[in-house]
Amino acid sequence: MGMKLVLDLDACQGYANCLIESPGLFDLDDRTDKAVLLDETPAEDRRAEAEAAVRGCPARAISLESS
Amino acid sequence: MRRIAVVGGSLAGVHAAEALREHGFDGDVTLISAENELPYDRPPLSKEALLNGMPMERLSLRAPEWYEDNAVTTRLGNAAVRLDTARRTVLLDDGTTVAYDGLVIATGSRARRLSSTENAPPVQILRSIEDSLRLRERLRPGQHLVLIGAGFIGLEIAATARQLGLDVTIVEVGRVPLGRALGDEVGAWFRALHARNGVEIVCTCTVEAIERLGEGAVLTLSNGRVFNADVVVAGIGASPVTEWLDGSGVQTTDGVVCRSDLSTSVPGVAAAGDVARWYNPLFDEEIRVEHWTNAVEQGRRAAHTLLGHGEAFSAVPYFWTDQYDARMRFVGRASAASEVVVKESGDDRLVALYGRDDRIRGAVCVNAPRELVRYRTAIRDQVRWGDVTETPSAIGG
Repeated sequence: MGMKLVLDLDACQGYANCLIESPGLFDLDDRTDKAVLLDETPAEDRRAEAEAAVRGCPARAISLESS
Repeated sequence: MRRIAVVGGSLAGVHAAEALREHGFDGDVTLISAENELPYDRPPLSKEALLNGMPMERLSLRAPEWYEDNAVTTRLGNAAVRLDTARRTVLLDDGTTVAYDGLVIATGSRARRLSSTENAPPVQILRSIEDSLRLRERLRPGQHLVLIGAGFIGLEIAATARQLGLDVTIVEVGRVPLGRALGDEVGAWFRALHARNGVEIVCTCTVEAIERLGEGAVLTLSNGRVFNADVVVAGIGASPVTEWLDGSGVQTTDGVVCRSDLSTSVPGVAAAGDVARWYNPLFDEEIRVEHWTNAVEQGRRAAHTLLGHGEAFSAVPYFWTDQYDARMRFVGRASAASEVVVKESGDDRLVALYGRDDRIRGAVCVNAPRELVRYRTAIRDQVRWGDVTETPSAIGG
């Protein structure tokens, strides 16, 4: 069972914490100042990074589901 | 271990409780908080919540059901007043006690207050949701707000108050705002940012006297200036909440003294968040960090340590502040830096690096998130100072 990252763009406040916690999984859109999800279904070895991004989001805009 | 008490209804406290359950701990978890509300998020209190108001559902760190679902018992509105580490009990201010086998200290810090004279008007502070709501009522367009202290809280309140249409003056004892935290170069950049937005920051100056005048006050500054204020707020730092540990055997020195795994001088007791002072091997120093992300990660680490899975906490501190259109992010340590290099500086952008002992130790990035990512990695990898200061900082895109 893999994991699936879900980004709620309405909730995103552009803090950029996700980008700092896991730069390979997230970027920031320069025009909208909101997060961009680079990899929706990261490999299992990136779970710690993905979880850090979820915890590190003050807007609680990121969640991790099983896929 | 059957019973774990978490003292402090804080960000660190909630994450400690959550990590205990994630790690499979199925005993009792009790979360003790001096505040009446379920634990909530503090960063918005000086920004969005002060500007527009924010419902408690959005400020709450976890929904009420979360505490039920995770069998976390809450004791709200009950400050811990004493810790008995021999009997393993926490005495609360209502006279009841909570027994524990393991304890997480997450009591955070409280805003410092001015030593006030008898007829001084109430000088507000901003730390709790009540403080934020009380201040919000007083921030009316056209009024004059005076902030004492140009630290992060003061500057954030200034930016919010300008958006609400107030006149704002800040009185700062240092040469520049944020000087003690970030140095003169970055401090000067923030002073200019606020000047562009119509805020005067009076530096190298203290408040000599505050006298009541109606609902407001008359302030006399050390440089001789006298002016009226409708609202006065002090943002002069915070102190760790540790008095309740006096006599408990838990060692405190400007915070709870922790080992690198956040365990304390007493077995079965760990600490996390603003209140914890620990040795960070990455910077080879004992530090106490009052940052959001630090509270999250230390709360988790303290829980793991209590459950017997302790390991050194060596994170790179990370901090943010949003003022007007400037989104500043800071990584690492600046306070002990011997070198500061400003890589880029413009009205809407700033990149500055901090170094010591030929290593990069910190970076300030305003509206430059990708640079921040790059320097955070460099700090973690202890990259040589020359290697980061001599390479161009421009990153495409």
